[in-house]
Amino acid sequence: MLEIMEGSHAVAEAVGRCRPQVIAAYPITPQTHIVEALADMAANCEIDADYITVESEFSALSACLGASAAGSRVYSATTSQGLALMFEVCFNCAGMRLPVVMSIVNRAMGAPLSIWNDQQDSISLRDSGWLQLYAEDNQEATDLHYLAYKVAEDHRILLPSFVCFDGFILSHTYEPVDTLTQEQADSYLPPFRPYQRLDAADPVSFGLFASPDYYMEFRYAIDQALDKARSVIPEAGKEFNEMFGRDYSGLVEEYRLDDADVAIVAMGSICGTVKDAIDEMRDAGKRVGLLKIRCFRPFPHKEVRKALSGVTTVAVLDKNVSLGSRGAAALEVRDALYGSGVSVQGYIIGLGGRDVRKRDIASVVAKAEAGEGDIYYGLRQEVLR
Amino acid sequence: MAMGLGCTARPGRSRENKTGSWRVFRPVFVHEKCTRCGMCTTVCPEGCIMEDEEGLPVTDYDYCKGCGLCAEECPSEAVEMTKEEK
Amino acid sequence: MRELRIHGRGGQGSVTAAELIAVAAFEGGVFAQAFPAFGVERRGAPVQAFVRFDTKKIRLRSQVYEPDYIIVQDSTLIKDVNVFLGLKEGGIAIINTEKDLSYPFPKGVKVITLDATSIALKHLGLPITNTTLMGAFAAASGEIQLKALEDAVRRRFSGDLAGKNIAAATEAYQAVKGAA
Repeated sequence: MLEIMEGSHAVAEAVGRCRPQVIAAYPITPQTHIVEALADMAANCEIDADYITVESEFSALSACLGASAAGSRVYSATTSQGLALMFEVCFNCAGMRLPVVMSIVNRAMGAPLSIWNDQQDSISLRDSGWLQLYAEDNQEATDLHYLAYKVAEDHRILLPSFVCFDGFILSHTYEPVDTLTQEQADSYLPPFRPYQRLDAADPVSFGLFASPDYYMEFRYAIDQALDKARSVIPEAGKEFNEMFGRDYSGLVEEYRLDDADVAIVAMGSICGTVKDAIDEMRDAGKRVGLLKIRCFRPFPHKEVRKALSGVTTVAVLDKNVSLGSRGAAALEVRDALYGSGVSVQGYIIGLGGRDVRKRDIASVVAKAEAGEGDIYYGLRQEVLR
Repeated sequence: MAMGLGCTARPGRSRENKTGSWRVFRPVFVHEKCTRCGMCTTVCPEGCIMEDEEGLPVTDYDYCKGCGLCAEECPSEAVEMTKEEK
Repeated sequence: MRELRIHGRGGQGSVTAAELIAVAAFEGGVFAQAFPAFGVERRGAPVQAFVRFDTKKIRLRSQVYEPDYIIVQDSTLIKDVNVFLGLKEGGIAIINTEKDLSYPFPKGVKVITLDATSIALKHLGLPITNTTLMGAFAAASGEIQLKALEDAVRRRFSGDLAGKNIAAATEAYQAVKGAA
């Protein structure tokens, strides 16, 4: 049933219905409302979860790592500097193949200090071995949590997963969301069945050291599991669609791309604004479409290449920048289209919460058509002086 | 493969690794000088020095790698390192 | 799609007003979206909050630049902030003031002024004008029904406090309806 509520609360409800057994998180803007709500639910016994209060994000994810190794379904949430403090533990969760699910309420990285949205935080962890899913709206943000647990805990995958959605722009927005009932959630997401776990009666050590004779093979195994996720995510998305009528079977999603000359590629909430801008450009006779990247890790190179095979120009919007290089998505898309002859232009846009309007999207398209790309869009020259 | 998925291993693997074969110098315990202080047992990194019924040190040479810490730390100089005859 | 921009000061409940208006609109059968102009909210600092209304799902995520409606919680804001910026011709401005404003309003804009502070003080004992102005907005715009507004207020505030806020909203609603 559609209900109108704040994004953070919708996500907290969905997480509660995933029946996490252990939650450990440290509050940080704009993630706070989610973990406040979950702490309330745990305190009121509305969910059967141990809520561990910790003194830092490092401890939060460490507690999750331990609890996951002990065989619990675990949850955490963070953003920006908080995620940066988890850096070391993130790599360990992936290497120890622990299916932790964590919401990343995307926010810019300091300095300069900013509480506002971009996607630099999760993008900076792109090499850590976590799955990375990005939501366009609060409906998708809630639904992707069920899907993330399903895929992460699959014994063919056994990897942790980020569910990323834009801070404030989604987390603090009231809009209608269809939340699953507990029965529906249970029918989609079975109880966690650990592949192996810490058990004093049957001891096992986790996260041991590997000599040069073994290390590379373990890294390769993580990569193989991520590759497997390229088919397991669509499987889980298809099942979700069959049960609840919302389709997340694609690692990417096309919007009015069929006959498009220009394709915009984007991730997260900006896709909504892009869709509205595309409708206006279409009304004015321009053949423009959108390719939304829902799954950034593993990156769907094959799907991107297929979807963009018919266009002449691609404009990639990145709410991040790999400083000293380019936007993360632009690099991936260019890689996917290498040798195809399609022109790929990158645009760094909306960093640190700078608002992106429909007219900005139209302006990006015009620049891409003119071959003016690989730029920061909308720099204020008076600030640079 | 030495480890399972997630860099895991079952306990007890160090028992299979008989570090006694590494030994170049062998500790010999001179019981006449020994005061039974237990220092050698405490400092042995392999944990392979035990006490007999009289509280005197005995070594499991399957695992003693000949590091010489017991000889270095013994306050009574009751441990002599002698060249291993192989 | 119609859009509302609320101007207020930190502590006046602008964000809550946006949320409750969206809840009331949604309960009335349309799609609605409410969000704040994500600032570092300090008491007294100028703040903004936004609401969108549409018959179909709302995808647009940018702030509101060309509103159909504005609510100004405090007329002293007019000298700090260009509250009328982008307000559409034929749009409605609801301004809390006890004075006759001599401000040069944009042409083609319907300006409704009311002394929301006095109404709020009377019913709540506090100069928090958000629910009062929501009543005025319901009457002036027709985007939300007074009954839906009452339900939204009851969902947010408990018991006595809900009743006082509803009384304030109702008085403003009737004042604006009566003047029309």
